[in-house]
Amino acid sequence: MDFLRPASWEEALAAKAEHPTAVPIAGGTDVMVEINFDHRRPEYLLDLNRVELLGEWEVGEEDVRLGASVPYTRIMEHLRAELPGLALASHTVASPQIRNRGGVGGNLGTASPAGDAHPALLAAGAEVEVESVRGTRFIPIDAFFTGVKRNALQPDELIKTIHVKKADGPQQYSKVGTRNAMVIAVCAFGIALHPETRTVRTGIGSAAPTPVRAREAEEFLNAALEEGGFWDSGRIITPSIAKQFADLASAACNPIDDVRGTARYRRHAVGIMARRTLGWTWEQYRGGARTLEGAA
Amino acid sequence: MRVNFTVNGRPQQADDVWEGESLLYVLRERLGLPGSKNACEQGECGSCTVRLDGVPVCSCLVAAGQVEGREVVTVEGLAEYARQRAEGGSCASGACGTTLDEAKGWSARGAGPQTGEGAPSPRAALSPVQQAFIDAGAVQCGFCTPGLLVAADEMLERNPSPTDEDIREALSGNLCRCTGYEKILDAVRLAAARQERQGEAV
Repeated sequence: MDFLRPASWEEALAAKAEHPTAVPIAGGTDVMVEINFDHRRPEYLLDLNRVELLGEWEVGEEDVRLGASVPYTRIMEHLRAELPGLALASHTVASPQIRNRGGVGGNLGTASPAGDAHPALLAAGAEVEVESVRGTRFIPIDAFFTGVKRNALQPDELIKTIHVKKADGPQQYSKVGTRNAMVIAVCAFGIALHPETRTVRTGIGSAAPTPVRAREAEEFLNAALEEGGFWDSGRIITPSIAKQFADLASAACNPIDDVRGTARYRRHAVGIMARRTLGWTWEQYRGGARTLEGAA
Repeated sequence: MRVNFTVNGRPQQADDVWEGESLLYVLRERLGLPGSKNACEQGECGSCTVRLDGVPVCSCLVAAGQVEGREVVTVEGLAEYARQRAEGGSCASGACGTTLDEAKGWSARGAGPQTGEGAPSPRAALSPVQQAFIDAGAVQCGFCTPGLLVAADEMLERNPSPTDEDIREALSGNLCRCTGYEKILDAVRLAAARQERQGEAV
């Protein structure tokens, strides 16, 4: 094994081009476990800790440009207002020790269906900026996950920045696990209200081969809220609309039975989380001036 | 490969390090510092918690090469680290920190059960949080203790007056299978209270 320690982004890209099999490592949450348990013996480890720009973020007009290695702890501390869904999701990641080192880039690199950040990114709307010596690509988050632990990256590409849309309305995140800390999601659900476009977006975690949006549920809800004039009136969403939304979210799942839960349980729980998080966000929306920050 | 980094305030060098090796392995097997415990090796238990550039991390999830040039504090250096912090930080004499030999020979020599009266001696062998763990009876088998001490000490540095919720959150990455956590929470509350009293006395 070789340990590559690029001092800059350019050096990192050059190293990845020269050694496409090199495994990038930043927080080590996933990579070190695989090495410790001898599940993986990469030829090259590509340490990204010295690449400073990966640890930086910038709040722009439309979106937050989040460096791939910005630790979850920073997201929780500094981006709760701009990215409430992602901040809530970050808070559910493992433990303080892990959150101090792990970041969204690693979550996307592993592309596990259970990755905590993914439902929040799907709901908020995001693009993943990836780069190689050949150039830069912006991959929409909806096209990023291509299979179980597979993503749209080419072998010579590295994840540089995640461009996440700034919240224009309430966002919530819910995760089912056996305890509060140190839990891989049994399943998870993210929701974001986008009052500017009068749309709702969702993300489902750990209940399909990849993180997915509940598109039919979104379409149904968008139409129902529009027809009922809910965005203008701020009325309470009727139970029948909430139930239909929950049922469609549940139907968007394609889960498996595994050690963490059964497929049937996951479908059920996603429906419950969809209904609850819709209720929470809608209450926040109705509250108007109330904070957009996540409440969990 | 060779890794140069600072451990408990002193520069150290580890040789013949395998590229896939963890910081935990380097500390225990290359430097002879077994205070950081090796349990789950997957970041689940927090027994291997150390501070890396001041930040609590699971040393089993840090690749050895990633610590080149960086600063690590282990439980063996915690007492001296806390003492320096209490004295206002920087090491003017250059003789601060904990040598490898001191660290290897470290044992818990407390001041005996404290009632909370009086300040600890200037060259305390125990950090306030360590003393509090002894006094509160927060140690049973002791395997999780080093990780808990490092995590608790860092929280008290950041947040001198933690709520119970803050304490639970800060220690949520450290598993203990003996105590049921109650005595551990007591110990951290005790350390916080003593810290507060001492702050008022200054």
